[in-house]
Amino acid sequence: MEKQVIGKNVEKIDALALATGQPVYADDIKLPNTLHIKFLYSPHANAIIEDIDTTEAEKLPGVHMVLTYKNTPQVYHTTAGQGWPEPSPYDTCMFNQHVRFVGDRVAAVAAESEEIALEALKLIKVKYNVLPAVFDPEEAMKEGAPIIHEENPQGTYDAKRNLVAHIEVKAGDVEKGFEEADVVVEHTFETQFAQHCPIETHATISYLDENGRIVIRSSTQVPFHVRRIVAQVLGIPVSQIRVIKPRIGGGFGSKQEIILEEVCAFVTMKTGRPARAVYTREEEFISSRTRHPMKITVKIGAKKDGRFTAIKMYALSNTGAYGTHGLTVASNTGSKTLPLYNKAPNVEFVADVVYTNLPVPGAYRGYGATQGYACLEQTVDMVAEKLGLDPIAIRKINHIRKGETSPIFEALGEGREGVVQYIESEAVDKLLELGAKEIGFYEKWGKKVRNGSKVRGVGMSLHMQGSGIPKIDMGSASIKLNEDGSVNVLYGGTDIGTGLDTVVAQIVGEVLGIDPKKVIVYPSDTDITPFDKGAYASSGTFISGSAVYNTALKLRDQILEVAKDMFGEQDSKDYILKDGFVISPRSGKRVSLSEIAYDTFYVKKQKQIMAVGSFVSESSPPPFAAHFVEIEVDEETGVITPIKYVAAVDCGVVINPELTKGQIIGAIVNGIGYALTEEYKFGENGKVLNPNFMEYRIPSSRDIPEIVPILVETYEPTGPLGAKSVSEININGPIPAIGNALYDALGIRLGSSPYTPDKVLKALKEKRK
Amino acid sequence: MKVHYKINGKDYEFDIHPGKVLLDVLRENGFTEVKGNCYMGTCGACTVLINGTPKTSCTVLAAQINGAEITTVKGLGDILNPHPLQKAFVEKGAVQCGYCTPGTILAAYALLKENPNPTDEDIKKAIDGNLCRCTGYVQQVEAIKYAITLLKEGK
Repeated sequence: MEKQVIGKNVEKIDALALATGQPVYADDIKLPNTLHIKFLYSPHANAIIEDIDTTEAEKLPGVHMVLTYKNTPQVYHTTAGQGWPEPSPYDTCMFNQHVRFVGDRVAAVAAESEEIALEALKLIKVKYNVLPAVFDPEEAMKEGAPIIHEENPQGTYDAKRNLVAHIEVKAGDVEKGFEEADVVVEHTFETQFAQHCPIETHATISYLDENGRIVIRSSTQVPFHVRRIVAQVLGIPVSQIRVIKPRIGGGFGSKQEIILEEVCAFVTMKTGRPARAVYTREEEFISSRTRHPMKITVKIGAKKDGRFTAIKMYALSNTGAYGTHGLTVASNTGSKTLPLYNKAPNVEFVADVVYTNLPVPGAYRGYGATQGYACLEQTVDMVAEKLGLDPIAIRKINHIRKGETSPIFEALGEGREGVVQYIESEAVDKLLELGAKEIGFYEKWGKKVRNGSKVRGVGMSLHMQGSGIPKIDMGSASIKLNEDGSVNVLYGGTDIGTGLDTVVAQIVGEVLGIDPKKVIVYPSDTDITPFDKGAYASSGTFISGSAVYNTALKLRDQILEVAKDMFGEQDSKDYILKDGFVISPRSGKRVSLSEIAYDTFYVKKQKQIMAVGSFVSESSPPPFAAHFVEIEVDEETGVITPIKYVAAVDCGVVINPELTKGQIIGAIVNGIGYALTEEYKFGENGKVLNPNFMEYRIPSSRDIPEIVPILVETYEPTGPLGAKSVSEININGPIPAIGNALYDALGIRLGSSPYTPDKVLKALKEKRK
Repeated sequence: MKVHYKINGKDYEFDIHPGKVLLDVLRENGFTEVKGNCYMGTCGACTVLINGTPKTSCTVLAAQINGAEITTVKGLGDILNPHPLQKAFVEKGAVQCGYCTPGTILAAYALLKENPNPTDEDIKKAIDGNLCRCTGYVQQVEAIKYAITLLKEGK
């Protein structure tokens, strides 16, 4: 059918407000009598608080509360904003007597101003019993290692061995598969701690409404999970809490956590006053969330013709001091990567998720798949080389195709068994061909073009991800019709800057045949909108979009029913909704949605035309992406410069091309940062040494190569109007694609990311030996 | 101490603590369009024009610039009458979360005042200090180029 609204570059509906500086973010409103909250952090990686004296701090004029483990609820919970029951362990208290990393919270002060709160922090006296710490996950699993969570948290696999989770999934017999293979390649690759770096840091404001309920205005990706978890921690009913999500200044997973909300709400509950907590950039690095570093080994066996006989992946994940998202991120390391090569009949995935005394990883765009692909896609290139095949050819032989499935889908979900899934939309061969053509892969690959000390190389990698968590993630919406033919959409989904509200307006506009400007979108407010699991798992367009789509269809039926009556016709099945009208092609009669609303408000069968709908998916249809990069490496300095980056992406039907491109390019640049420069540096005591943008380098405008996103449309029957997801998948490419390009240029492979100049130079030196 | 500024064309007097940085003074007095957080001048979100020159307001002492003319993104245009740069950012998909947008637009505005015909490299250099984690910069550069066209057409 002809598309009216989707597929068009509808302007992002909040963009002008943002570009003109409207007060839209959590910290842009100022409430009278607000208490400002600041935190005291542990200087030790592992310690028991023997004594904490807050009397001097409490005496400081302007200080209202000093919070410690002594006067706050000791409710063990998870900070992971995930569906209930949470797959992450209950290992965190608001404040704990046992502090487990440099940056763990010791206390907080709520005062009349930030300055007073900071002063008061200096007056808190803490006596620590410093314990031995462990930073390496392999060491942490050994007998005799410090036990980080002596309380044996609910939901951990083996707290005595610091094991949050152990995953083992098998299909076929990998050992037999390796025996049958003509070549076997094994490769180990380590990825690093990294921070999401949304430009808006975490910010929460809480206050009491006129009826004494707690209102939390927070920079969150998961307002409904915030409500549930804060209620759990504070021991009050969900009905006593309202969570409002204002505009969010980026999240990328870091705001899928309950970090400030429970503290603010507690202060408001105890004092009756508004409370405000805003993290500084340094606090973001030290005490918010990071990416799970992993050490991954991939072993692939293949026949001479290139067909894989077996794939085995082992992932060792460092989940820092707390296990938030530990199990599920590691699950995705296998589940979002291994099905891509379903030609291998024998597949095995094993993962260990381990506590250490380091900052806390959580959800981060790519969610484990980034780490998995970093190793897998370099190993695939190594197999191809052994077989004398090119990187594209080996992927064409082995990739999953439309109509096919993988045993991994069923065996491995997010922290539990998965579901059987068949690929219903896929254009991988086309992605590979278009991407190769755009970068000039076959003209450049293996040529090592040299200019002085600089050598060029090209590399590529292939990816799939998923859209939403099947049978878990649910979204819902309600829509009502107004007398000018506009509609109000209330949906629980959470636009964190991606453009989801606009996509929602387009989906509703498409179904109802109205200009998206007539779709007034009101997102996630736990009092007002129906439930949605929030913004994660690449689910915005797919889950929230489907909820809105289902709801719009119901509204459409109600509209058609009224139109049928107005036309005096028997049935409405061939009616068309277009340009704000309902049209009967049979009779040529037409009536506007405005007239329908007036009729139902004031004239006949008076009622509000309104619908509620929900969506939960049975599957997680994967988007696919083929990434290609041309780099230049300077043999003298070791510096890698990306010259051109091409991402050919199948994300189903494209709802808004400009927004889609924005998601692709943004993820690539984030991934390039992760591949080349971004890493935490730790001191010997586990302290973060570079918690600022001077020393932790994220890409700036002058660091980016030419980037070409290529959208290849397919139709995904389970998605809203044929759409799949696009936001996460494109962060997965830069590490393997640049790694493969580095091998093409210099014949070296680095064992870890980021690909810093010193590692390149060291590898070159070793090669020359 | 008291300081006077002309902000977006209007005169203001604020009673401030001498140690405060401009970013905090502006935000506390309702100019919340100025974003911030790094307090090191490294992210550029808090960029304002001080006497026409883009500066990170988190590294400027408010007392130091008594009498200055300050322009925030609201000084360029508002939601009913946006500046061509604001329109171009909207149209070219250069606004995602929008948190860096005011600072980046001001940096671009200062560039175009000085150099109405910048190259891509000039543009990238001008916004180099304005970190963006969402867009990957490509659409921002496109938007600034498009704004040049709009400005020339007098839109």
